[in-house]
Amino acid sequence: MRLDAFSICYKYDIIPAVDDVSISLGRGEFISVLGPNGSGKTTLLRILAGTLEPCAGKVLLDNRSIRKMSPRSIAQRIAVVPQNGYIPFPFSVLEVVMMGREPHMRRFAGESRHDIDVVFQAMKITGITHLAKRSMFDLSFGERQRVIIARALAQEPGFLLLDEPTSHLDPGYQMGIMDIFKSLSRYENIGILVISHDVNLASQYGDRLVMLNKGKKVADGSPWEILTEEILEEVYKVKAVIKNHPVIDCPQVMLVPGFDEGSAKSNIL
Amino acid sequence: MMEQEHTGYSAYRNRRKGYLLILALLLLVAIVIAAGIGAVTIPATEVLSILTKQIFYTIKQAPRTGVEDIHRTIILDVRLPRIFLAALVGGSLSGAGAALQGLFGNPLADPYIMGISSGAGLGATIAILCNLPSFFPGLSSVPVVAFIASIVTMIVVYFLAGARGRVPMNTFLLSGVVVSSFLWAVISFAMMVSGDSLRAIIMWLMGSLSNKGYTHVKIAVPYIVLGIAILFIRARDLNLICLGDDEARYLGIDSESTKRIIIFASSLVTAASVSVGGIIGFVGLIVPHIMRMILGPDHRLLLPASVIAGGIFLVSADTIARTLIPPAEIPVGIITALAGAPFFFFILKRYKVQRADL
Repeated sequence: MRLDAFSICYKYDIIPAVDDVSISLGRGEFISVLGPNGSGKTTLLRILAGTLEPCAGKVLLDNRSIRKMSPRSIAQRIAVVPQNGYIPFPFSVLEVVMMGREPHMRRFAGESRHDIDVVFQAMKITGITHLAKRSMFDLSFGERQRVIIARALAQEPGFLLLDEPTSHLDPGYQMGIMDIFKSLSRYENIGILVISHDVNLASQYGDRLVMLNKGKKVADGSPWEILTEEILEEVYKVKAVIKNHPVIDCPQVMLVPGFDEGSAKSNIL
Repeated sequence: MMEQEHTGYSAYRNRRKGYLLILALLLLVAIVIAAGIGAVTIPATEVLSILTKQIFYTIKQAPRTGVEDIHRTIILDVRLPRIFLAALVGGSLSGAGAALQGLFGNPLADPYIMGISSGAGLGATIAILCNLPSFFPGLSSVPVVAFIASIVTMIVVYFLAGARGRVPMNTFLLSGVVVSSFLWAVISFAMMVSGDSLRAIIMWLMGSLSNKGYTHVKIAVPYIVLGIAILFIRARDLNLICLGDDEARYLGIDSESTKRIIIFASSLVTAASVSVGGIIGFVGLIVPHIMRMILGPDHRLLLPASVIAGGIFLVSADTIARTLIPPAEIPVGIITALAGAPFFFFILKRYKVQRADL
């Protein structure tokens, strides 16, 4: 099973958001997508998930055009964790995770034993079983994020697309959630694509990194190929030093502040 | 291994069915009590015996005495049609309100937010002003014209809001509000020049169930039943559509077609009930809201609960409307707002912390 996008373009009115990007995600693969704000990461994710139609190029899910598939059959294969999973009413955690079974449920049937099993398994994986009866309104941001991830897992997807899933979380939660994704890709053979602003986290977990800038794909490869001082300078306009992680073998980025005593003073005065 | 979870889950589902059963019983009780109250007070036991006889015997077979005969007529021919109409209209407004609050993901939505009430109001005003002849025997032209006008209004609002084959919900709301204020201006102008019909127009706009009979029930029932049935079938979709277009799609819902169906069904239900009951406010806003506070936001439970509770609410309010200062009639819309607001705050304080069904 593969999810492939070929030469995708997308424009908001006339402003190009994604420009000739190709990307491919296999089962069990873990890709981190990096890029500055407005570089087209979220647009790319929405196109991959079939909610936006590209103005050029095509997306194939198992060699079938995603355009010809119903939302239901896409949702049986691809789960998405959006940037801000907004829930307007006080649904309970259990109810929200059960929503993930929707693409597998028949219209007039209730939840089957299998549905209930899958939902409780998803809550166990994300460590929210004890929250099952709590209202979504009473949860912390980190807990809410886990519920949305559990809902995505309840879809039993082949691919999991996540839009900055750890951006508002403390380091403990961040690592916890990324560990879950890593083990899902290793042991459940789920293809994972994570949009991230945290280059170090992306490097620690991603098998492959994809760097976007101004809607174009700048680079695609292993963390060592992507996280170079040149590429970071070009894309993020920052000065960076790359070091090997002391415990696991992956590049880590150390940013050098642009601020320096002398020039700052002279600029202000 | 998972046995505990299954037992827990089915207990939770059964508990929810229990709530619907309790509400249905409450509706029956409300109907029986309401049928006994009025200029002639009839005890609940007698009401029950008259009703059961009516259900189990044909009119001729039913044994009866003189007094009972008069009571029978009062209940079956005078009070019951009105009570049925109240239950029907209350249930429709409340059900449509619950569906639209879900569709917009906003607890402030009500059945009139799309502009239906203004359309129906204009239709009714025109029919009253021009004294249009009736189309069906036993039924004035007002409900028929109001129904047609509200459906036309909905179509206009929908197409004004559409862009590139999509109808964004915010634009749709805005379009409803704008069309609505335009039509209200027309209605106000019509009222200004209406002369003698002014009182009739005002009474209609405030919403009243007086002088209505089985004919009104009969013409409204098919549309209401059809619309409510569609909403019930789509209850699970509503749970997802309230999360927003994209999220609903991520979970396998075709958002655009689902929104169209929900809008169509709730328009049908609202238009039919407004045509026969006038613009009764507050039911469609408050009852679903109260039900959500008590039973939670799952539309599979919330929709039927709102329909039944809306029926209970309007049957009670209409009983007060017709008996508070006899022989005068207070438009029931005034009662729903007067009684509904304090009741709402009572529930708000009571259920702030914990949902009842968890």
